[in-house]
Amino acid sequence: MISLHLKKQLRYFDLDISFSCPEGKMLVMVGPSGGGKTTIIRILAGLDVPDEGKIMFNDEVWFDSVSGSNLPPQKRHLGYVFQEYTLFPHLNLYENAAFAAADKSEIDELFGMFKISHLGKRKPHLVSGGERQRCAICQALATHPRVLLMDEPFSALDVVTRRELREELKNLKGKFSFPIIYVTHDINEALFLGDEILPVVDGTVDAGWIRRTINRESSHTGIPKAARDPKLALAY
Amino acid sequence: MDYVSIYVTLKLALITTVVLMILGAPVAYILAYAKFPGKSMIEAFLYLPTALPPTVIGFYLIIALGPKGILGRSWESFTGDTILFTFLGIAIASVVYSIPFAIQPMKAAFQKIDRRLIENACVLGLSKSKIFFRVALPNSISGIVAAAILVFLHSIGAFGVLIMVGGSVPGETKVASIAIYEAVEMIDYRTAGLLSLSFLPISYIFLLIANKLNRDT
Repeated sequence: MISLHLKKQLRYFDLDISFSCPEGKMLVMVGPSGGGKTTIIRILAGLDVPDEGKIMFNDEVWFDSVSGSNLPPQKRHLGYVFQEYTLFPHLNLYENAAFAAADKSEIDELFGMFKISHLGKRKPHLVSGGERQRCAICQALATHPRVLLMDEPFSALDVVTRRELREELKNLKGKFSFPIIYVTHDINEALFLGDEILPVVDGTVDAGWIRRTINRESSHTGIPKAARDPKLALAY
Repeated sequence: MDYVSIYVTLKLALITTVVLMILGAPVAYILAYAKFPGKSMIEAFLYLPTALPPTVIGFYLIIALGPKGILGRSWESFTGDTILFTFLGIAIASVVYSIPFAIQPMKAAFQKIDRRLIENACVLGLSKSKIFFRVALPNSISGIVAAAILVFLHSIGAFGVLIMVGGSVPGETKVASIAIYEAVEMIDYRTAGLLSLSFLPISYIFLLIANKLNRDT
C-alpha cells in the first residue's frame, strides 16, 4: 500500500492532494494536461520535492516534511515509465531492459510477454515508438519494482498502437502484485484501465470533472483552464 | 630539423590531454548537474586561464613551483629536485593552462544529455558515480573526444606559460613553439619554416575531426 498527502506551490495553482493505492491495484490519475499529475508522479519517484506532506510505502517513510526525511529515488525501488525517450540510446533493447534488472534471465520472458523478443539487438532509434514503450515497461518491470509509475506511457503513440498496448496492459496488470499509478489525460483510457480513478484538476481531486467533461459542460473556472484542456478523443 | 622539440611538444600535449580528460570529466559533470553554494565562483576560477595573459599564469606557477612555493618545496623535500625547468614543470603548467578548454566543452557535452535519461537512471537505482560511467559518459563521448582534441591543440600552441616555467632546455622543456621563436631570433628561417609547416597538417586535421564530432552530437 502506498499512501501520501502532498502540498506544493506551483506556478498557476497549489498542489494539494492525498490518496492511496493498495497492492495489485491500478490507480489512474486523470485530468487536463498541466493539472499537476506529472508533478505528483515525480514527487512519488523522488525527482521533485513537495513543500509539505508525507509519503508512506507500507511502514517505510519515503518523504516526511515534519521529520525532514526524503528517501532518494535510488532507494525507493520503483518502476517509472515516462512518456517517451528514456531508453538509453547507446544500448540495444535487451541491454536497456537488463540495465538494472534484478535477474537478467527474466528478460527473455518479459520480452516474450511484450512481444519484442525479435528486437533485442536493435537500438532504440531503430524500432517504433510502441516497441520502445514496450521495452521501457520491460525495463521498469525487470527491476522488480515495489510500485510502478506510468506517466502517459502511450500518449505519444498512434491511436491503433495505443489501443493495442492499452489492452495488453489491462490483460497483464492482474499478474502484478504491486500498486500501479497511471497518469493520463484521456478519460477513455482511465475508464478502461483503472481499478480506481482519481480525477485531478489544478492540483486537487475534482470528483465532478469526468461527468462535466463527458457532458461537455463548461468549465466553471473560466478560460485559462479551458485553454489548457486537451481535446478529448471521445470517439473511442 | 629539430625533431626533438616536436617530440617534446607532442609528448606534452598528449600527457596534458590524458590528465585533463581524467581529472576534468568528473569536475565538468559536477558543474553540469550539481547545485551548490559558490559554484559560479569555482567555475570562474577554473576559467581564469582563458582570461589571463599566459605570462601571468606562468608567473604564479613559478611562485608555486619554485623552491619557496608550496608545491616546489614539498616536491624538493621529497625528491631533492626542483620542478622548474623540468618536463614535469611544463606538464603541470600545460595542464593548468588548458583547464578551461577541457572543462567548458565537456560540461556542454554533459548538459546536452537528455535530463530524463539521468532521471530514469536514478529511478532505476543507479548511484551517482554509476550514472556517470554508465549513462553520462557513453552518451557524451563525441563531445568528450572533441574536448580532448581542443585540449591537445591548445597545448601544442602553448608558449608564454611554458617559457616562463620551463625555459628552453633542449629535449626537456624546449617545445616546438619555443624552438620556432628561437630560430627566428637567430634569423634561421629555414628551421622556423619547417617546424611551422609541421604544425599545419596536425592542427588542421584535428580541427576537422573536432568540428565533425561537435556537429554529430
